[in-house]
Amino acid sequence: MISAHFLNTVQLGIKSLLVHKLRSGLTMLGIIFGVCSVIAMLAIGEGASFEAQERIKRLGSENIIINSIKPPEDNQQNASGNSFSVEYGITYKDVSRIQDTIPGVERVVPLRIIRENIRFDRNQESGQVIGTLPSYALVHNVDLVAGRFLTPTDEQFQRNVCVITEDLVRKLFPYQDPLKSSVRVKDSYYDVVGVVDETGSAEQRPQMGDSMGKAVDNNIYIPLSTARSRFGEMLVNRSSGSMSAERVELHRLIVRLTTPAAVISGERQIQHLLNHFHKKKDFELIVPLQLLREAEETKRMFNIVLGSIAAISLLVGGIGIMNIMLATVTERTREIGVRRALGAKRKDIIVQFLVETVVLSIGGGLIGVVFGIVVPLLVSWFADMKTIITAWSVLMAFGISGLTGIIFGIYPASQAAKLDPIDALRQE
Amino acid sequence: MVGHTQAADCTEVIRIRGVEKVFQVGEVLVQALRGIDLSIRQGEFVAIMGPSGSGKSTLLNILGCLDRPSSGEYFLGGEDVARMDDDVLSSVRGKRLGFIFQSYNLIPQLTVLENIQVPLIYQQEDLEEHRDRCIELGSLVGLSERLDHRPNQLSGGQQQRVAIARSLVNEPLMILADEPTGNLDSQTEIEVLGIINDLNKQGRTIVLVTHDEIVSHYAHRVIHMKDGLIDREVINEAQGVVS
Ligand SMILES: Nc1ncnc2c1ncn2[C@@H]1O[C@H](COP(=O)(O)OP(=O)(O)OP(=O)(O)O)[C@@H](O)[C@H]1O
Ligand SMILES: [Mg+2]
Repeated sequence: MISAHFLNTVQLGIKSLLVHKLRSGLTMLGIIFGVCSVIAMLAIGEGASFEAQERIKRLGSENIIINSIKPPEDNQQNASGNSFSVEYGITYKDVSRIQDTIPGVERVVPLRIIRENIRFDRNQESGQVIGTLPSYALVHNVDLVAGRFLTPTDEQFQRNVCVITEDLVRKLFPYQDPLKSSVRVKDSYYDVVGVVDETGSAEQRPQMGDSMGKAVDNNIYIPLSTARSRFGEMLVNRSSGSMSAERVELHRLIVRLTTPAAVISGERQIQHLLNHFHKKKDFELIVPLQLLREAEETKRMFNIVLGSIAAISLLVGGIGIMNIMLATVTERTREIGVRRALGAKRKDIIVQFLVETVVLSIGGGLIGVVFGIVVPLLVSWFADMKTIITAWSVLMAFGISGLTGIIFGIYPASQAAKLDPIDALRQE
Repeated sequence: MVGHTQAADCTEVIRIRGVEKVFQVGEVLVQALRGIDLSIRQGEFVAIMGPSGSGKSTLLNILGCLDRPSSGEYFLGGEDVARMDDDVLSSVRGKRLGFIFQSYNLIPQLTVLENIQVPLIYQQEDLEEHRDRCIELGSLVGLSERLDHRPNQLSGGQQQRVAIARSLVNEPLMILADEPTGNLDSQTEIEVLGIINDLNKQGRTIVLVTHDEIVSHYAHRVIHMKDGLIDREVINEAQGVVS
C-alpha cells in the first residue's frame, strides 16, 4: 500500500520534471559531473597507487636496497679542480660486514652498474651493464622469457655471457634469435644466454630515461667477476668537455632478510654499521616495505584531497539543484495551493518536492556513475594508464548524490509547504 | 475529535456567527467581512451574489477552510473549525469539501483522469481500486473520450467539467464553487450549471458564488452581500426548500 503510494509520488515527480526537460537536464549536470569526477579520479588514483605498490612489491618487501651515491662534497671538490678522481660508495668489505654482523640477513647480492652502449651488428642502444651474482634471481623477481639466468660456473670462470632484457632484444635483434648471438660492449663480446622480462620493475631502469623522457629497460646482466675484470673499478666519465673518474666498487646491494620484521630492525642496524665505516654520506638505503607504507599514506592523502574535491563539486551541484527547486516552487505556487485545497497536508507538499529533488539528484547520480565508469575505461584505453574502479567509490558517489538531493531539497520543499493555501491559490 | 455545539442541528452543515475578516495591506486595514451570520442545511443549494469587492470570495474561502476568520465562530458539521490544526483542516478539505474555481485550477502536467484522481492521493487511497469510479466520473461530466488529454488540450468548459469531476471524487459533504461559470459562454454555462444542479438533486450541498442572475433559478436561496455584510436573503419558492 505505502510503497504503491510512494511509487505514485515518484511517478508524479518525474512527470513534473519532464515538463522542463532542458532545465532538469542542466540541473542534473552539476551532480553528473560531481559523481563522474569522483569515480573517475578515484579509479585513476587507485590504478596509479596500485602500480606504484606493485613496483614496490617487486623490489621485495623483505629486501633492503643500498645504493652508492656520490656525496655532495665530492662534487664541490671537482668543481674547484683539486681532485681528478673521486672514490666513494659501497665496498666488498661492506658486503661481508653486513652478512656477518646483521642478524636476520639471508643473503647479500652485490651489483655493479655501468652505463655503456650495447651493440649488435649495426644496432646500438645505450643501456646498463649490470654485473651481479646468480643469487640475484633469488632476491629479485626475474621473469625468464628464454634461456637461463647466470650460473655459478659463469661467475667462477668469468665467462663472457649475458642475460638481456626483452626491451633490448626488441631493439637490437629485430630479426635474429638473440640466444644464438652475442652483443658487444666496448671491445668485448658477450654471448646471450637468457632473456628476461623486466617491465614494471623500475629500480633497474636508468635514472635519466630516454630522449622521450620515457623510462627504458635496456639492461644486460653479466657475471660480477666478468664485470670486474672487463671494466675494473675505475669509471672514466667524459662529460661536457671535462674528464672525471670515479672509483666505485659496488653500485648497489640487495640485502634479503628472513622476515619483514627483520627489515625494520635491519634497516637501523645497517645504517648504523655503514655510518661507522663510511666517513662520507656516500650511500642511501631504500626500504621497499617503508616505501609501501609511504605509498599507502600517500594514497590516503590523495583520497582525502579527492574527497574534498568531490564534496565541493557535489556542494556546487547541490546548490544548483536548490536554486532550480526554489524557482520551481515559486513558479508552481498555484499548483501547491490547488493541492492544498484538494487535501494535501504540508507534509505531502514537502514529500512531493523532496522526491523531485531526489529524483533529480539520483538521476544525475546514475548518469554520473555511467560516465564515471566509462571515463576511466577510456583513460586506460587511450592513455595506457591503469585504472581501477572500486565498488565502494561508485556506491559512495551515488549515495552522496542522493544525500545531496535530500539536503538541498529540504529548504525549497519547506518553503513550498509554508505557504498558506489561500495565499498560494491567489498567486498568478 | 471536536466537541459539539450547544445548538447543533443535525441537518445543519454550516453555521457561522459574527464572522469578520480583516486584511492588512501595508498600513491600511481592509475590513472584508464585518460580521456574518449564516447557516446552511444539508442538501441546500445556496447562491451568494453581490457587487465586486463585497466579500463573497472571502466568505467562501472561509467556508472552504482555505482561510481562517479574524473573529467569529465557524462550525462545520458541528465541529469548531477554529480548533482544528493545519493537518486536520487539510483532511477536512480533502474529504468533506469539493472545490470548483473560476479559473479551473487543473494541474497542467497531469491528464484528465490523473487530475480527477489527485484528491484520492491525499486520502492515501489506492488509485487502481478507484480507477473505474474515476472513469465513471469522467463520463458523468461528458469527458469519457478525453481522459488521456492534458488540460491545455481542452476548452474552458471541458476543463471546468474536469474540475467538477475532481471535486466529487472523495464524495464530499458540500461543494464550494467561486464563479465556476465566470469564464464560460452562456451555452456552456447552462451545461455546467446543469451538472451542478444534478449533483444537488442527488443530495449534495452546494454553495456557489456568482454574478449571474441565471443561477438564482437553480438555487434554493440567494444571499446578497454588500460591503462585507449580508444585505438580504431571497428564498426561491420555485425550487422549494429541502429539509
Ligand atoms: N488577500 C487580501 N489582501 C488584502 N485585501 C483583500 C484580500 N482578499 C480580499 N481583499 C479585499 O477584501 C475585499 C473583498 O474581496 P473579495 O475577493 O471577497 O470580493 P468579491 O466579492 O469576491 O469580489 P469579486 O466579485 O470581484 O470577486 C476587497 O476589498 C478586497 O480588496
Ligand atoms: Mg471573488
